[in-house]
Amino acid sequence: MKMLLILALKEIRDGLRNRWIAAAIVVLGTLALALSMLGSAPTGSISASALDVTVISLASLSVYLIPLIALMLSFDALVGEFERGTMMLLLTYPVRRWQVIMGKFLGHLSILFIAIFAGYGGAIIIMILMNEGITEGWQAYVTLMASSLVLGAIFIALGYLVSVLVKERATAAGAAIGLWLVFVVLYDLILFGALLLDEGQVIGQQLFSALMLISPTDTYRILNLSLFEGVSQAAGIAGVASGAGMSATLLLAVMLLWVVVPLAVTLLVFQRREL
Amino acid sequence: MVELDAVNPEVISLQSVSKQYGNETVVSNVDLNVQAGECVVLVGHNGAGKTTLMKLMLGLTRASSGTVEVLGGNPAFNASVALHKTLGYLPESVAFYEAMTGREVLSFYARLKAVSNADCEKLLELVGLADASKRRVGTYSKGMRQRLGLAQAMLGEPQLLFLDEPTTGLDPILRQHFYQLIDDLHKEGATSIISSHALNEVEARANRFIIMKAGIVVACGTLGELYQLAALPVRLKVSVSPGEANNVAQRLGSDINIDRISNQSLNLNCSNKEKMPLIRRITELGDSISDLQISPPRLDEVYSYFMSDDRS
Repeated sequence: MKMLLILALKEIRDGLRNRWIAAAIVVLGTLALALSMLGSAPTGSISASALDVTVISLASLSVYLIPLIALMLSFDALVGEFERGTMMLLLTYPVRRWQVIMGKFLGHLSILFIAIFAGYGGAIIIMILMNEGITEGWQAYVTLMASSLVLGAIFIALGYLVSVLVKERATAAGAAIGLWLVFVVLYDLILFGALLLDEGQVIGQQLFSALMLISPTDTYRILNLSLFEGVSQAAGIAGVASGAGMSATLLLAVMLLWVVVPLAVTLLVFQRREL
Repeated sequence: MVELDAVNPEVISLQSVSKQYGNETVVSNVDLNVQAGECVVLVGHNGAGKTTLMKLMLGLTRASSGTVEVLGGNPAFNASVALHKTLGYLPESVAFYEAMTGREVLSFYARLKAVSNADCEKLLELVGLADASKRRVGTYSKGMRQRLGLAQAMLGEPQLLFLDEPTTGLDPILRQHFYQLIDDLHKEGATSIISSHALNEVEARANRFIIMKAGIVVACGTLGELYQLAALPVRLKVSVSPGEANNVAQRLGSDINIDRISNQSLNLNCSNKEKMPLIRRITELGDSISDLQISPPRLDEVYSYFMSDDRS
Protein backbone atom coordinates (compact mmCIF):
# COMPACT_ATOMS: atom_id res chain seq x y z
CA MET A 1 0.00 0.00 0.00
CA LYS A 2 2.86 2.33 0.82
CA MET A 3 4.39 1.76 -2.60
CA LEU A 4 1.06 2.56 -4.25
CA LEU A 5 0.86 5.82 -2.33
CA ILE A 6 4.41 6.82 -3.24
CA LEU A 7 3.76 6.14 -6.92
CA ALA A 8 0.34 7.81 -6.86
CA LEU A 9 1.72 10.85 -5.10
CA LYS A 10 4.34 11.25 -7.81
CA GLU A 11 1.63 11.39 -10.48
CA ILE A 12 -0.37 13.92 -8.47
CA ARG A 13 2.71 16.09 -7.99
CA ASP A 14 3.38 15.87 -11.72
CA GLY A 15 -0.20 16.98 -12.31
CA LEU A 16 0.21 19.93 -10.00
CA ARG A 17 3.60 20.86 -11.40
CA ASN A 18 2.60 20.96 -15.04
CA ARG A 19 -0.65 22.81 -14.18
CA TRP A 20 -2.69 19.91 -15.47
CA ILE A 21 -4.91 19.85 -12.43
CA ALA A 22 -5.36 23.61 -12.42
CA ALA A 23 -6.27 23.65 -16.10
CA ALA A 24 -8.77 20.81 -15.73
CA ILE A 25 -10.44 22.51 -12.73
CA VAL A 26 -10.77 25.76 -14.63
CA VAL A 27 -12.21 24.09 -17.75
CA LEU A 28 -14.68 21.90 -15.86
CA GLY A 29 -15.61 24.65 -13.38
CA THR A 30 -16.21 27.27 -16.05
CA LEU A 31 -18.31 24.89 -18.08
CA ALA A 32 -20.41 23.85 -15.12
CA LEU A 33 -20.89 27.43 -14.05
CA ALA A 34 -21.84 28.59 -17.53
CA LEU A 35 -24.28 25.73 -17.97
CA SER A 36 -25.88 26.25 -14.58
CA MET A 37 -26.34 29.95 -15.34
CA LEU A 38 -28.07 28.95 -18.57
CA GLY A 39 -29.91 26.24 -16.74
CA SER A 40 -31.39 28.65 -14.26
CA ALA A 41 -32.94 30.79 -16.98
CA PRO A 42 -35.88 28.59 -17.93
CA THR A 43 -36.75 27.61 -14.35
CA GLY A 44 -40.19 28.70 -13.48
CA SER A 45 -41.59 28.35 -16.97
CA ILE A 46 -41.24 24.57 -16.73
CA SER A 47 -41.47 22.45 -13.65
CA ALA A 48 -37.86 21.27 -13.65
CA SER A 49 -35.46 22.64 -11.07
CA ALA A 50 -32.44 24.62 -12.20
CA LEU A 51 -30.13 21.87 -10.99
CA ASP A 52 -31.92 19.21 -13.01
CA VAL A 53 -31.48 21.21 -16.17
CA THR A 54 -27.85 21.79 -15.33
CA VAL A 55 -27.32 18.06 -14.81
CA ILE A 56 -28.75 17.33 -18.25
CA SER A 57 -26.54 19.77 -20.09
CA LEU A 58 -23.50 18.97 -17.98
CA ALA A 59 -23.90 15.22 -18.52
CA SER A 60 -24.09 15.76 -22.27
CA LEU A 61 -20.92 17.81 -22.21
CA SER A 62 -19.02 15.61 -19.78
CA VAL A 63 -19.47 12.70 -22.15
CA TYR A 64 -17.14 14.52 -24.53
CA LEU A 65 -14.84 16.24 -22.10
CA ILE A 66 -14.11 13.72 -19.34
CA PRO A 67 -12.92 10.94 -21.69
CA LEU A 68 -10.72 13.48 -23.44
CA ILE A 69 -9.10 14.63 -20.21
CA ALA A 70 -8.69 11.05 -18.98
CA LEU A 71 -7.08 9.89 -22.21
CA MET A 72 -4.73 12.85 -22.27
CA LEU A 73 -3.61 11.93 -18.75
CA SER A 74 -3.10 8.26 -19.48
CA PHE A 75 -2.02 7.59 -23.06
CA ASP A 76 1.59 8.52 -22.29
CA ALA A 77 1.76 6.89 -18.86
CA LEU A 78 3.52 3.69 -19.87
CA VAL A 79 4.83 4.10 -23.40
CA GLY A 80 6.36 7.44 -22.38
CA GLU A 81 8.33 5.78 -19.61
CA PHE A 82 9.37 2.91 -21.87
CA GLU A 83 10.55 5.34 -24.52
CA ARG A 84 12.48 7.64 -22.20
CA GLY A 85 13.98 4.75 -20.29
CA THR A 86 12.66 5.70 -16.87
CA MET A 87 10.60 2.52 -16.59
CA MET A 88 13.71 0.35 -16.75
CA LEU A 89 15.23 2.11 -13.76
CA LEU A 90 11.95 2.15 -11.84
CA LEU A 91 11.60 -1.62 -12.19
CA THR A 92 14.98 -2.21 -10.56
CA TYR A 93 13.52 -0.69 -7.40
CA PRO A 94 11.58 -2.82 -4.92
CA VAL A 95 8.24 -2.29 -6.66
CA ARG A 96 6.09 -4.94 -8.20
CA ARG A 97 4.84 -4.42 -11.68
CA TRP A 98 1.18 -4.36 -10.70
CA GLN A 99 2.05 -1.68 -8.16
CA VAL A 100 3.45 0.50 -10.93
CA ILE A 101 0.19 0.30 -12.87
CA MET A 102 -2.11 0.61 -9.88
CA GLY A 103 -0.03 3.42 -8.38
CA LYS A 104 -0.32 5.39 -11.59
CA PHE A 105 -4.02 4.60 -11.78
CA LEU A 106 -4.58 5.79 -8.25
CA GLY A 107 -2.64 8.97 -8.99
CA HIS A 108 -4.45 9.76 -12.23
CA LEU A 109 -7.80 8.95 -10.68
CA SER A 110 -7.01 11.37 -7.85
CA ILE A 111 -6.18 14.07 -10.38
CA LEU A 112 -9.55 13.52 -12.05
CA PHE A 113 -11.25 13.44 -8.67
CA ILE A 114 -9.74 16.78 -7.72
CA ALA A 115 -10.61 18.28 -11.11
CA ILE A 116 -14.20 17.04 -11.15
CA PHE A 117 -15.05 17.76 -7.54
CA ALA A 118 -13.28 21.12 -7.45
CA GLY A 119 -14.59 22.13 -10.90
CA TYR A 120 -18.16 20.86 -10.79
CA GLY A 121 -18.41 21.11 -7.01
CA GLY A 122 -17.05 24.65 -6.96
CA ALA A 123 -19.48 25.69 -9.65
CA ILE A 124 -22.50 24.35 -7.77
CA ILE A 125 -21.43 26.05 -4.56
CA ILE A 126 -21.16 29.36 -6.40
CA MET A 127 -24.62 28.72 -7.87
CA ILE A 128 -26.13 27.98 -4.49
CA LEU A 129 -24.58 31.08 -3.00
CA MET A 130 -25.87 33.22 -5.85
CA ASN A 131 -29.42 31.86 -5.95
CA GLU A 132 -30.67 30.77 -2.60
CA GLY A 133 -32.83 27.74 -2.36
CA ILE A 134 -31.86 25.85 -5.50
CA THR A 135 -30.49 22.88 -3.62
CA GLU A 136 -33.38 20.72 -4.77
CA GLY A 137 -32.09 17.89 -6.90
CA TRP A 138 -28.59 17.87 -5.45
CA GLN A 139 -28.56 14.07 -5.45
CA ALA A 140 -28.61 14.06 -9.23
CA TYR A 141 -25.73 16.52 -9.25
CA VAL A 142 -23.64 14.41 -6.88
CA THR A 143 -24.43 11.34 -8.96
CA LEU A 144 -23.23 13.27 -11.99
CA MET A 145 -19.93 14.03 -10.30
CA ALA A 146 -19.43 10.47 -9.07
CA SER A 147 -20.36 8.87 -12.38
CA SER A 148 -18.11 11.34 -14.20
CA LEU A 149 -15.25 10.02 -12.09
CA VAL A 150 -16.14 6.46 -13.08
CA LEU A 151 -16.32 7.53 -16.72
CA GLY A 152 -12.89 9.07 -16.29
CA ALA A 153 -11.58 5.86 -14.71
CA ILE A 154 -12.81 3.92 -17.76
CA PHE A 155 -10.84 6.10 -20.13
CA ILE A 156 -7.75 6.14 -17.93
CA ALA A 157 -7.81 2.34 -18.04
CA LEU A 158 -8.35 2.35 -21.81
CA GLY A 159 -5.51 4.86 -22.16
CA TYR A 160 -3.17 2.53 -20.23
CA LEU A 161 -4.16 -0.35 -22.45
CA VAL A 162 -3.18 1.67 -25.51
CA SER A 163 -0.04 2.82 -23.73
CA VAL A 164 1.15 -0.70 -22.91
CA LEU A 165 0.36 -2.12 -26.33
CA VAL A 166 1.99 0.35 -28.73
CA LYS A 167 5.70 0.93 -29.34
CA GLU A 168 5.81 4.71 -29.70
CA ARG A 169 4.27 7.70 -27.99
CA ALA A 170 3.02 9.12 -31.28
CA THR A 171 1.13 5.89 -31.98
CA ALA A 172 -0.35 6.00 -28.51
CA ALA A 173 -1.56 9.56 -29.05
CA GLY A 174 -3.17 8.57 -32.34
CA ALA A 175 -4.79 5.50 -30.83
CA ALA A 176 -6.12 7.57 -27.92
CA ILE A 177 -7.78 10.00 -30.33
CA GLY A 178 -9.18 7.01 -32.18
CA LEU A 179 -10.63 5.57 -28.97
CA TRP A 180 -12.23 8.89 -28.15
CA LEU A 181 -13.76 9.18 -31.61
CA VAL A 182 -15.12 5.65 -31.53
CA PHE A 183 -16.66 5.74 -28.07
CA VAL A 184 -17.79 9.34 -27.95
CA VAL A 185 -18.87 10.02 -31.52
CA LEU A 186 -18.81 7.13 -33.97
CA TYR A 187 -20.46 4.38 -31.92
CA ASP A 188 -23.64 6.39 -31.36
CA LEU A 189 -23.64 7.65 -34.90
CA ILE A 190 -23.41 4.12 -36.30
CA LEU A 191 -25.95 2.80 -33.82
CA PHE A 192 -28.53 5.41 -34.65
CA GLY A 193 -27.76 5.16 -38.34
CA ALA A 194 -28.36 1.43 -38.20
CA LEU A 195 -31.53 1.99 -36.26
CA LEU A 196 -32.85 4.39 -38.91
CA LEU A 197 -31.97 2.12 -41.81
CA ASP A 198 -33.29 -0.94 -40.04
CA GLU A 199 -36.71 0.62 -39.34
CA GLY A 200 -37.32 -1.79 -36.51
CA GLN A 201 -36.88 -4.95 -38.60
CA VAL A 202 -33.99 -6.60 -36.76
CA ILE A 203 -33.02 -4.21 -34.01
CA GLY A 204 -35.74 -4.47 -31.44
CA GLN A 205 -35.94 -2.79 -28.05
CA GLN A 206 -33.88 -5.57 -26.44
CA LEU A 207 -31.02 -5.50 -28.91
CA PHE A 208 -30.98 -1.74 -28.96
CA SER A 209 -30.73 -1.58 -25.16
CA ALA A 210 -27.95 -4.13 -25.20
CA LEU A 211 -26.06 -2.17 -27.83
CA MET A 212 -26.44 0.99 -25.78
CA LEU A 213 -25.17 -0.83 -22.72
CA ILE A 214 -22.00 -1.91 -24.51
CA SER A 215 -20.81 1.66 -24.93
CA PRO A 216 -19.47 3.15 -21.69
CA THR A 217 -20.45 6.66 -22.73
CA ASP A 218 -24.06 5.67 -23.40
CA THR A 219 -24.22 3.89 -20.09
CA TYR A 220 -23.03 7.07 -18.41
CA ARG A 221 -25.63 9.13 -20.24
CA ILE A 222 -28.49 6.79 -19.40
CA LEU A 223 -27.39 6.63 -15.78
CA ASN A 224 -27.42 10.39 -15.37
CA LEU A 225 -30.46 11.20 -17.46
CA SER A 226 -32.83 8.53 -16.20
CA LEU A 227 -31.92 7.76 -12.61
CA PHE A 228 -33.69 10.76 -11.09
CA GLU A 229 -37.25 11.52 -11.97
CA GLY A 230 -36.81 15.26 -12.13
CA VAL A 231 -33.91 14.96 -14.53
CA SER A 232 -35.49 12.34 -16.76
CA GLN A 233 -38.70 14.32 -17.07
CA ALA A 234 -36.81 17.44 -17.99
CA ALA A 235 -34.66 15.47 -20.41
CA GLY A 236 -37.76 14.02 -22.00
CA ILE A 237 -36.68 10.43 -21.63
CA ALA A 238 -38.72 9.53 -18.57
CA GLY A 239 -38.79 5.81 -17.93
CA VAL A 240 -36.57 4.88 -20.85
CA ALA A 241 -34.01 3.10 -18.75
CA SER A 242 -36.43 1.27 -16.48
CA GLY A 243 -38.53 0.37 -19.51
CA ALA A 244 -35.50 -1.28 -21.02
CA GLY A 245 -34.73 -3.11 -17.80
CA MET A 246 -31.65 -1.11 -16.94
CA SER A 247 -31.32 -0.58 -13.23
CA ALA A 248 -28.77 1.78 -11.76
CA THR A 249 -26.90 -1.24 -10.42
CA LEU A 250 -26.67 -2.80 -13.85
CA LEU A 251 -25.49 0.46 -15.38
CA LEU A 252 -22.86 0.92 -12.71
CA ALA A 253 -21.74 -2.70 -13.04
CA VAL A 254 -21.25 -2.26 -16.77
CA MET A 255 -19.20 0.87 -16.18
CA LEU A 256 -17.04 -0.80 -13.57
CA LEU A 257 -16.46 -3.70 -15.95
CA TRP A 258 -15.12 -1.15 -18.41
CA VAL A 259 -12.61 -0.09 -15.78
CA VAL A 260 -11.58 -3.54 -14.62
CA VAL A 261 -11.18 -5.33 -17.95
CA PRO A 262 -8.79 -2.88 -19.66
CA LEU A 263 -6.80 -2.55 -16.44
CA ALA A 264 -6.51 -6.32 -16.09
CA VAL A 265 -5.35 -6.72 -19.69
CA THR A 266 -2.84 -3.90 -19.18
CA LEU A 267 -1.47 -5.66 -16.10
CA LEU A 268 -1.17 -8.96 -17.96
CA VAL A 269 0.66 -7.41 -20.89
CA PHE A 270 2.94 -5.39 -18.62
CA GLN A 271 3.72 -8.44 -16.52
CA ARG A 272 5.05 -10.24 -19.59
CA ARG A 273 6.85 -7.23 -20.96
CA GLU A 274 10.64 -7.34 -21.28
CA LEU A 275 12.66 -4.18 -21.07
CA MET B 1 39.74 -4.49 -2.84
CA VAL B 2 38.61 -7.49 -0.87
CA GLU B 3 40.76 -10.62 -0.69
CA LEU B 4 38.84 -13.41 -2.27
CA ASP B 5 38.73 -16.97 -1.16
CA ALA B 6 36.45 -19.93 -1.44
CA VAL B 7 34.57 -18.95 1.71
CA ASN B 8 32.84 -16.01 0.05
CA PRO B 9 29.32 -16.95 -0.93
CA GLU B 10 28.26 -16.87 -4.53
CA VAL B 11 26.17 -13.83 -5.37
CA ILE B 12 25.55 -14.35 -9.04
CA SER B 13 25.44 -17.57 -10.97
CA LEU B 14 24.69 -17.81 -14.67
CA GLN B 15 24.56 -21.19 -16.35
CA SER B 16 24.62 -21.44 -20.14
CA VAL B 17 22.44 -18.38 -20.43
CA SER B 18 21.28 -17.31 -23.86
CA LYS B 19 19.01 -14.51 -24.93
CA GLN B 20 17.37 -14.11 -28.30
CA TYR B 21 15.36 -11.19 -29.58
CA GLY B 22 13.53 -12.62 -32.53
CA ASN B 23 16.16 -14.34 -34.65
CA GLU B 24 18.98 -12.32 -33.22
CA THR B 25 21.09 -13.91 -30.50
CA VAL B 26 22.29 -11.15 -28.18
CA VAL B 27 23.77 -13.29 -25.44
CA SER B 28 24.99 -16.76 -26.22
CA ASN B 29 25.70 -19.55 -23.76
CA VAL B 30 27.23 -17.47 -20.99
CA ASP B 31 28.49 -19.05 -17.76
CA LEU B 32 29.45 -16.74 -14.95
CA ASN B 33 29.89 -17.01 -11.22
CA VAL B 34 30.49 -13.97 -9.07
CA GLN B 35 31.44 -14.16 -5.39
CA ALA B 36 30.47 -11.64 -2.77
CA GLY B 37 32.91 -8.73 -2.68
CA GLU B 38 34.13 -9.19 -6.22
CA CYS B 39 34.42 -6.42 -8.76
CA VAL B 40 33.78 -7.84 -12.19
CA VAL B 41 34.26 -5.74 -15.27
CA LEU B 42 32.48 -6.46 -18.52
CA VAL B 43 34.26 -5.20 -21.59
CA GLY B 44 33.34 -5.42 -25.23
CA HIS B 45 32.30 -3.25 -28.14
CA ASN B 46 28.84 -1.73 -28.41
CA GLY B 47 26.27 -4.42 -28.99
CA ALA B 48 28.43 -7.16 -27.53
CA GLY B 49 25.67 -8.06 -25.08
CA LYS B 50 26.96 -6.37 -21.93
CA THR B 51 23.80 -4.40 -21.26
CA THR B 52 21.58 -7.39 -22.01
CA LEU B 53 23.63 -9.50 -19.62
CA MET B 54 23.06 -6.88 -16.91
CA LYS B 55 19.35 -6.74 -17.65
CA LEU B 56 19.19 -10.51 -17.30
CA MET B 57 20.83 -10.30 -13.89
CA LEU B 58 18.53 -7.44 -12.89
CA GLY B 59 15.44 -9.38 -13.89
CA LEU B 60 14.36 -6.79 -16.43
CA THR B 61 14.37 -9.44 -19.09
CA ARG B 62 14.18 -13.23 -19.11
CA ALA B 63 16.73 -15.66 -20.47
CA SER B 64 15.69 -17.63 -23.55
CA SER B 65 17.54 -20.60 -22.11
CA GLY B 66 19.79 -21.37 -19.17
CA THR B 67 19.42 -20.33 -15.56
CA VAL B 68 20.07 -16.99 -13.88
CA GLU B 69 20.45 -16.83 -10.13
CA VAL B 70 21.12 -13.65 -8.18
CA LEU B 71 21.41 -13.83 -4.40
CA GLY B 72 20.04 -17.34 -4.57
CA GLY B 73 16.89 -16.54 -6.51
CA ASN B 74 15.67 -15.97 -10.02
CA PRO B 75 15.64 -12.20 -10.54
CA ALA B 76 13.16 -12.34 -13.41
CA PHE B 77 9.79 -10.79 -12.79
CA ASN B 78 7.97 -10.23 -9.58
CA ALA B 79 10.01 -12.62 -7.46
CA SER B 80 12.67 -9.98 -7.13
CA VAL B 81 11.40 -7.34 -4.71
CA ALA B 82 13.66 -8.46 -1.87
CA LEU B 83 16.63 -8.54 -4.23
CA HIS B 84 15.89 -5.05 -5.49
CA LYS B 85 16.16 -3.62 -2.00
CA THR B 86 19.86 -4.49 -1.85
CA LEU B 87 20.66 -3.54 -5.40
CA GLY B 88 21.84 -0.40 -7.14
CA TYR B 89 21.69 0.08 -10.87
CA LEU B 90 23.07 2.81 -13.07
CA PRO B 91 21.83 2.29 -16.62
CA GLU B 92 23.79 3.36 -19.65
CA SER B 93 22.77 6.95 -20.54
CA VAL B 94 20.43 7.16 -17.58
CA ALA B 95 17.04 8.87 -18.04
CA PHE B 96 15.07 10.72 -15.41
CA TYR B 97 11.74 12.51 -15.08
CA GLU B 98 12.78 15.76 -16.73
CA ALA B 99 10.23 18.02 -15.08
CA MET B 100 11.30 17.09 -11.55
CA THR B 101 14.19 18.71 -9.76
CA GLY B 102 17.27 16.69 -8.89
CA ARG B 103 16.24 16.52 -5.28
CA GLU B 104 12.68 15.46 -6.13
CA VAL B 105 13.98 12.67 -8.36
CA LEU B 106 16.34 11.37 -5.72
CA SER B 107 13.83 11.52 -2.89
CA PHE B 108 11.23 9.74 -5.06
CA TYR B 109 13.63 6.85 -5.53
CA ALA B 110 14.67 7.05 -1.89
CA ARG B 111 11.06 6.62 -0.75
CA LEU B 112 10.75 3.50 -2.89
CA LYS B 113 13.79 2.07 -1.14
CA ALA B 114 12.76 3.39 2.30
CA VAL B 115 15.87 5.56 2.54
CA SER B 116 15.70 8.66 4.72
CA ASN B 117 15.77 12.21 3.41
CA ALA B 118 18.93 12.93 5.36
CA ASP B 119 20.71 10.18 3.42
CA CYS B 120 19.44 11.76 0.21
CA GLU B 121 21.02 15.08 1.13
CA LYS B 122 24.28 13.34 1.95
CA LEU B 123 24.33 11.63 -1.42
CA LEU B 124 23.58 14.88 -3.25
CA GLU B 125 26.48 16.43 -1.40
CA LEU B 126 28.69 13.46 -2.20
CA VAL B 127 28.14 13.62 -5.95
CA GLY B 128 28.40 17.39 -5.93
CA LEU B 129 24.80 18.15 -6.85
CA ALA B 130 23.73 19.88 -3.65
CA ASP B 131 23.75 23.32 -5.27
CA ALA B 132 21.93 22.18 -8.39
CA SER B 133 19.42 20.00 -6.56
CA LYS B 134 16.64 22.57 -6.85
CA ARG B 135 16.97 22.79 -10.61
CA ARG B 136 14.90 20.75 -13.01
CA VAL B 137 16.67 17.66 -14.31
CA GLY B 138 15.78 18.84 -17.81
CA THR B 139 18.36 21.60 -17.43
CA TYR B 140 21.14 19.23 -16.30
CA SER B 141 24.23 18.54 -18.37
CA LYS B 142 25.22 14.98 -19.26
CA GLY B 143 27.72 14.88 -16.42
CA MET B 144 25.18 16.08 -13.90
CA ARG B 145 22.68 13.44 -15.00
CA GLN B 146 25.37 10.82 -14.64
CA ARG B 147 26.10 12.04 -11.13
CA LEU B 148 22.43 11.95 -10.24
CA GLY B 149 22.33 8.44 -11.69
CA LEU B 150 25.19 7.50 -9.46
CA ALA B 151 23.50 8.98 -6.42
CA GLN B 152 20.34 6.94 -7.01
CA ALA B 153 22.38 3.78 -7.58
CA MET B 154 24.00 4.26 -4.18
CA LEU B 155 20.75 4.78 -2.26
CA GLY B 156 20.46 2.49 0.72
CA GLU B 157 24.06 1.24 0.62
CA PRO B 158 23.50 -1.51 -1.96
CA GLN B 159 25.19 -4.88 -1.62
CA LEU B 160 25.13 -5.44 -5.33
CA LEU B 161 25.94 -2.73 -7.85
CA PHE B 162 25.31 -2.85 -11.57
CA LEU B 163 27.01 0.03 -13.33
CA ASP B 164 26.64 0.32 -17.08
CA GLU B 165 29.32 2.64 -18.49
CA PRO B 166 29.41 4.60 -15.24
CA THR B 167 32.07 7.17 -16.06
CA THR B 168 30.89 8.42 -19.45
CA GLY B 169 30.35 12.15 -19.24
CA LEU B 170 32.32 12.56 -16.02
CA ASP B 171 35.40 14.77 -15.97
CA PRO B 172 38.69 13.24 -14.74
CA ILE B 173 38.36 14.58 -11.20
CA LEU B 174 34.84 13.22 -10.88
CA ARG B 175 36.00 9.91 -12.26
CA GLN B 176 38.55 9.63 -9.50
CA HIS B 177 35.90 10.63 -7.03
CA PHE B 178 33.51 8.10 -8.45
CA TYR B 179 35.96 5.23 -8.16
CA GLN B 180 36.70 6.32 -4.63
CA LEU B 181 33.00 5.88 -3.82
CA ILE B 182 32.95 2.45 -5.41
CA ASP B 183 36.07 1.47 -3.48
CA ASP B 184 34.39 2.56 -0.25
CA LEU B 185 31.39 0.39 -1.00
CA HIS B 186 33.72 -2.51 -1.79
CA LYS B 187 35.46 -2.14 1.53
CA GLU B 188 32.11 -2.77 3.14
CA GLY B 189 31.75 -5.95 1.15
CA ALA B 190 29.66 -4.83 -1.79
CA THR B 191 29.83 -6.69 -5.08
CA SER B 192 29.87 -4.82 -8.34
CA ILE B 193 29.44 -5.55 -11.99
CA ILE B 194 30.76 -2.73 -14.13
CA SER B 195 30.66 -2.46 -17.88
CA SER B 196 33.25 -0.15 -19.29
CA HIS B 197 35.15 1.05 -22.31
CA ALA B 198 37.70 2.92 -20.22
CA LEU B 199 39.90 -0.08 -19.56
CA ASN B 200 42.82 1.71 -17.97
CA GLU B 201 40.50 3.19 -15.35
CA VAL B 202 39.13 -0.11 -14.18
CA GLU B 203 42.39 -2.04 -14.54
CA ALA B 204 43.45 -1.53 -10.94
CA ARG B 205 40.04 -2.23 -9.47
CA ALA B 206 38.69 -5.26 -11.22
CA ASN B 207 39.12 -8.69 -9.72
CA ARG B 208 38.05 -10.17 -12.97
CA PHE B 209 37.48 -9.16 -16.55
CA ILE B 210 34.92 -10.61 -18.85
CA ILE B 211 35.54 -9.84 -22.48
CA MET B 212 32.47 -10.16 -24.65
CA LYS B 213 32.15 -10.19 -28.37
CA ALA B 214 28.89 -10.61 -30.30
CA GLY B 215 27.14 -12.13 -27.29
CA ILE B 216 29.90 -14.61 -26.52
CA VAL B 217 32.34 -14.49 -23.63
CA VAL B 218 35.66 -14.72 -25.43
CA ALA B 219 37.82 -14.47 -22.34
CA CYS B 220 37.33 -14.35 -18.61
CA GLY B 221 39.84 -14.07 -15.84
CA THR B 222 42.10 -11.88 -13.75
CA LEU B 223 44.40 -9.49 -15.49
CA GLY B 224 47.32 -11.92 -15.07
CA GLU B 225 45.34 -14.77 -16.56
CA LEU B 226 44.33 -12.66 -19.50
CA TYR B 227 47.95 -11.67 -20.16
CA GLN B 228 48.92 -15.30 -20.09
CA LEU B 229 46.08 -16.28 -22.40
CA ALA B 230 46.91 -13.56 -24.86
CA ALA B 231 50.69 -14.23 -24.63
CA LEU B 232 51.48 -10.78 -25.93
CA PRO B 233 55.13 -9.75 -26.07
CA VAL B 234 56.82 -7.60 -23.44
CA ARG B 235 58.54 -4.61 -25.04
CA LEU B 236 61.99 -3.46 -24.13
CA LYS B 237 63.47 -0.21 -25.25
CA VAL B 238 67.24 -0.21 -24.99
CA SER B 239 69.01 3.15 -25.27
CA VAL B 240 72.63 2.97 -26.36
CA SER B 241 75.51 5.37 -27.03
CA PRO B 242 75.21 7.03 -30.46
CA GLY B 243 76.08 4.67 -33.31
CA GLU B 244 76.27 1.62 -31.04
CA ALA B 245 72.86 0.18 -31.85
CA ASN B 246 73.92 -2.35 -34.50
CA ASN B 247 76.89 -3.36 -32.43
CA VAL B 248 74.71 -4.01 -29.39
CA ALA B 249 72.24 -5.98 -31.48
CA GLN B 250 75.03 -8.24 -32.70
CA ARG B 251 76.39 -8.81 -29.23
CA LEU B 252 72.92 -9.77 -27.91
CA GLY B 253 72.82 -12.65 -30.34
CA SER B 254 70.73 -13.69 -33.29
CA ASP B 255 67.77 -15.13 -31.36
CA ILE B 256 66.42 -11.77 -30.25
CA ASN B 257 63.32 -10.23 -31.81
CA ILE B 258 64.08 -6.71 -32.96
CA ASP B 259 61.04 -4.60 -33.55
CA ARG B 260 62.77 -1.37 -34.55
CA ILE B 261 66.32 -0.13 -34.59
CA SER B 262 67.63 3.41 -34.78
CA ASN B 263 70.95 5.11 -34.23
CA GLN B 264 70.60 5.36 -30.46
CA SER B 265 68.01 2.79 -29.52
CA LEU B 266 66.74 -0.74 -29.99
CA ASN B 267 63.14 -1.84 -29.55
CA LEU B 268 62.90 -5.49 -28.63
CA ASN B 269 59.94 -7.83 -28.17
CA CYS B 270 60.06 -10.94 -26.05
CA SER B 271 57.69 -13.31 -24.33
CA ASN B 272 57.13 -13.01 -20.62
CA LYS B 273 59.27 -16.11 -20.03
CA GLU B 274 62.23 -14.81 -21.99
CA LYS B 275 62.08 -11.44 -20.32
CA MET B 276 64.42 -11.93 -17.35
CA PRO B 277 67.22 -13.78 -19.22
CA LEU B 278 67.14 -11.08 -21.89
CA ILE B 279 67.37 -8.29 -19.31
CA ARG B 280 70.36 -10.01 -17.75
CA ARG B 281 72.06 -10.26 -21.14
CA ILE B 282 71.44 -6.58 -21.76
CA THR B 283 72.79 -5.45 -18.42
CA GLU B 284 75.91 -7.58 -18.98
CA LEU B 285 76.79 -5.30 -21.88
CA GLY B 286 77.80 -2.66 -19.37
CA ASP B 287 78.41 0.95 -20.25
CA SER B 288 77.23 0.84 -23.84
CA ILE B 289 73.69 0.64 -22.48
CA SER B 290 72.51 4.02 -21.21
CA ASP B 291 68.90 3.18 -20.39
CA LEU B 292 66.41 0.33 -20.38
CA GLN B 293 62.64 0.67 -20.40
CA ILE B 294 60.38 -2.33 -19.97
CA SER B 295 56.71 -2.09 -20.90
CA PRO B 296 54.40 -4.99 -20.26
CA PRO B 297 51.45 -5.27 -22.64
CA ARG B 298 48.71 -2.80 -21.80
CA LEU B 299 45.17 -3.88 -21.07
CA ASP B 300 43.84 -2.31 -24.23
CA GLU B 301 46.35 -4.38 -26.21
CA VAL B 302 45.12 -7.51 -24.48
CA TYR B 303 41.61 -6.34 -25.22
CA SER B 304 42.23 -5.74 -28.90
CA TYR B 305 43.97 -9.08 -29.08
CA PHE B 306 40.82 -10.82 -27.86
CA MET B 307 38.59 -8.67 -30.04
CA SER B 308 40.53 -9.28 -33.24
CA ASP B 309 39.14 -11.87 -35.63
CA ASP B 310 42.41 -13.38 -36.77
CA ARG B 311 43.50 -14.87 -33.49
CA SER B 312 43.85 -18.63 -33.60
